[in-house]
Amino acid sequence: MATTYSYYPGCTSHSTAIEYIEASLAVIDALGIGLNELPDWCCCGAASAHNLSTSLALGLSAFNLAEAHKTGRDLVIPCAGCYGNLAQADHVMRHDEKERQRFEKQFDFNYDGQVKMLSLVDLLAREELRPAIKDLVKKPLKGLKVVCYYGCAIVRPGAITGVDDTENPRRIDKMMADLGAEVIDWSCKVDCCGADLGLTDAEKTAELVNKIVDYAVAAEADCLVTSCALCEANIDIRQQRLPILYFTEMMAEAFQIGDRQRWWKKHFNDPSKLF
Amino acid sequence: MEKKLGVFVCWCGSNIAGSIDVDLAVAEAAKLDGVVHAENYMYMCSDPGQQLVKDTISEKGLDGVVVACCSPRMHENTFRKAAGAVGLNSYLLEIANIREQCSWVHQNNKPLATAKAVSIIEGTLDKVKENLPLETITIDLTKRVCVVGGGIAGIMSALDLANADYDVAIIEREPAIGGHMAQISQTFPYFHNILELLQKKIDEVKAHPRIKLYLNSEVEVLDGYVGNFNVTIKTRPAFVDPAKCTACGKCLEVCPVSVADEFNRGLSQRGAIFRYNQTEGARIPVLEQRDCLHFVDVEDVEMDAGAGEKCTACVDVCPENAIDLGTIRTFNEEFVGAIVMATGYDLYSPAKMPEYGAGKLPDVIDALAFERLLDPTGPTKGQVLRPSDGQVPKKVVFIQCVGSRDPERHKAYCSRACCMYTAKQARLYRQQVEDGTAFISYMDIRSDSRDFEEFVQQGMEEENLVYIRGRVAKVIQEDGFLRVFTTDTLSSRQLEIEADLVVLAMAMEPKAGIRDLAKKMNVTIDGDAFLSETHIKLYPVESSTKGVYLAGCGQSPKDITDTVSQALATAGKIQTMFSNETLIADPLIAEVKNDVCSGCGICIDICPYGARLMNDFTRITDVNQAVCQGCGACIAACPNKACELINSTSRQFIRMIGDFAGKAEAV
Repeated sequence: MATTYSYYPGCTSHSTAIEYIEASLAVIDALGIGLNELPDWCCCGAASAHNLSTSLALGLSAFNLAEAHKTGRDLVIPCAGCYGNLAQADHVMRHDEKERQRFEKQFDFNYDGQVKMLSLVDLLAREELRPAIKDLVKKPLKGLKVVCYYGCAIVRPGAITGVDDTENPRRIDKMMADLGAEVIDWSCKVDCCGADLGLTDAEKTAELVNKIVDYAVAAEADCLVTSCALCEANIDIRQQRLPILYFTEMMAEAFQIGDRQRWWKKHFNDPSKLF
Repeated sequence: MEKKLGVFVCWCGSNIAGSIDVDLAVAEAAKLDGVVHAENYMYMCSDPGQQLVKDTISEKGLDGVVVACCSPRMHENTFRKAAGAVGLNSYLLEIANIREQCSWVHQNNKPLATAKAVSIIEGTLDKVKENLPLETITIDLTKRVCVVGGGIAGIMSALDLANADYDVAIIEREPAIGGHMAQISQTFPYFHNILELLQKKIDEVKAHPRIKLYLNSEVEVLDGYVGNFNVTIKTRPAFVDPAKCTACGKCLEVCPVSVADEFNRGLSQRGAIFRYNQTEGARIPVLEQRDCLHFVDVEDVEMDAGAGEKCTACVDVCPENAIDLGTIRTFNEEFVGAIVMATGYDLYSPAKMPEYGAGKLPDVIDALAFERLLDPTGPTKGQVLRPSDGQVPKKVVFIQCVGSRDPERHKAYCSRACCMYTAKQARLYRQQVEDGTAFISYMDIRSDSRDFEEFVQQGMEEENLVYIRGRVAKVIQEDGFLRVFTTDTLSSRQLEIEADLVVLAMAMEPKAGIRDLAKKMNVTIDGDAFLSETHIKLYPVESSTKGVYLAGCGQSPKDITDTVSQALATAGKIQTMFSNETLIADPLIAEVKNDVCSGCGICIDICPYGARLMNDFTRITDVNQAVCQGCGACIAACPNKACELINSTSRQFIRMIGDFAGKAEAV
């Protein structure tokens, strides 16, 4: 398992989602996977760039793609938003000859399509990692009822993410089951959490979040597991009924590694009572 | 001996003469090697023009003619006939296309256009010089037909052909004919009772002395070619002897098996021995080997029929000894001249729609299941009842375009019949449940045939169907009802509907197994596995293989009206073919130079028509003259240049190219 990947941290890894990144890095380390941070990565454009200018949005991601190509390694992108932007740019480069040539020239690199964009779910929920993950489980998450929530960017559109079960994704579900948790099938796996409306339309976001939490509670879940920092933030801060956890925090708990107590303090709904 | 050649240049009014100097072209042509006569005329294809060609051939004893005019697609046949009428072998006449490929595209440069026209004429003359006189090929014709599929397309096609006094064999995979039409309750746009309509046609088929029915059967092998097909038919055992069975139904009661009834789309259960459907023709029970406990230990029931030895409840109870579980499959052969592919459709599976419950929610059903609910002979005796609890649903949501028009995840095409049958189903529901509400989620309403638009409007205005424009995001089960999340894109509102029943108008797709069958029949299919016609406009019922015709939904999704029209067109086409005693084929086909062919077989794989085969005796390949279409694929593929297209040989073409390209040295 000595593979090494390039790693694109994104801004939330240094701020609101620090617990996600710490948990993820701990798990990745435990699995013996190497990560090299991209030396000169820049902002992915977040939610703003593509609203201002397609060219700017593509350009920022193309710059990061160029950096990744120089390493020749697949790029791991924990933040769902960053992943969405980079995967979108990769898709354009793959299918639009003209744009590809433009950015190759601009950033002085050769796009060969060999560097894959990987979300953390792409990286960790691979079929071949399952035995290693099961081996690392020290404390199975027995009796814990979880619903898995995927949100949008790491799933859709399928043509860009390569996900074939966009309406009913199952990869995190499978992993949680491998960790020993009781996975509940439910109806809101890919519903919208409100995303950036969290900043501009709090009321609408509350409505969307409440619906998701209603269904999770109706499904008798103890907690909701996600892989996106924005989903986590939106859902966690707007209700007091359900703890929200990152899937890598669940892995770390099952592996009994990392500074979990400290991570849990970053959550609004305290998950510590679950474990 | 050198041929005496004639050149006839047509003005085509000003079409050609406007941008080509036809006098100069004639003068130049007259100087060319072998030309003994050259002239021009205003309309060569007119009667006097043709007469001119004919007279000159006779007077000057021409043995090669070039008519420089429009595309050979327009008048090659005209001039070849004219030449044939005065005794010149028609394959010694060729068209030089100086209109589409010259005058029309060089309208502003007369000297250049004229020079090009002369070089086209010169090249064509060089081809004629080496053309061989040919005779058409005569092929035997067996005036019998095999119809694959006994749905309404197969039935209508077979009846028409049988009524024209031709023998027809219908091969039907299921235990009864009628196809999907037998599952449907009423028609649009006139609410005709389908069972009545269909039963009449089924009775006609069964009583017709010219029609032979192979039920439980499939095409195993197809050999031969147009006019001379040999179809091997595999028939699964039915186990019940129709001569002895009195249809008393005792066996149905004792069978211990209970599985979902496919004909009723899983809305009812059936035994391993069961009545396939409620048509008169299906009164005699059939036994499905795969479900039967008698064969429970038999690994491959199809291979080892008769090997089972467990449960014999039905055999024991039958008062007529009509059931023999030792029956085995049989093979039959039919020799026919033409084949109709009426293979039909399946509905795309709701299991592929996780957002609508992936086929697991009992009250989310597909459109054919809803038809079963509407059918008086169906599992609810025609009452619309919820599958989960048998209650009358008060709110029904019909969703159109499920799996259709969704290129990213499902089918890109429109399934064409759904707009209308959904309107029909919703109207029938509203007529039955007066205090019920029918919501229809739609993208567009496609009601583009006679009385269709009126039918939909009537539903909206008189039966208060609630049409909501937008795609349903998801359907989830709640306590006692289904919650439907959708949007009304006309008012930009998100909606949630608490529904009792959801009906999915699933996409139509070609019948399962069509890829294998198409391969056997050597018929091309498109990317969605629909059978391809030769030409969408002009040859709409001809498949890529001569003598194999298409009818119904196997070719593309369509409603009953269009299916029947196409089936009758197919029957008409076949009758035209059968109006001759033999078939005539064009001799412009591939031939093999026996001394050059190494028998590598590349041409066999490359031939799209199955016209090339290995001669087991000589170990080189043959050309089946009846099947070859002269497409030239084998000529391009042959590594030894052992294949040639008659009268379009490489030698001829290289000389022509030399002429066109400025008299390069010919090989």
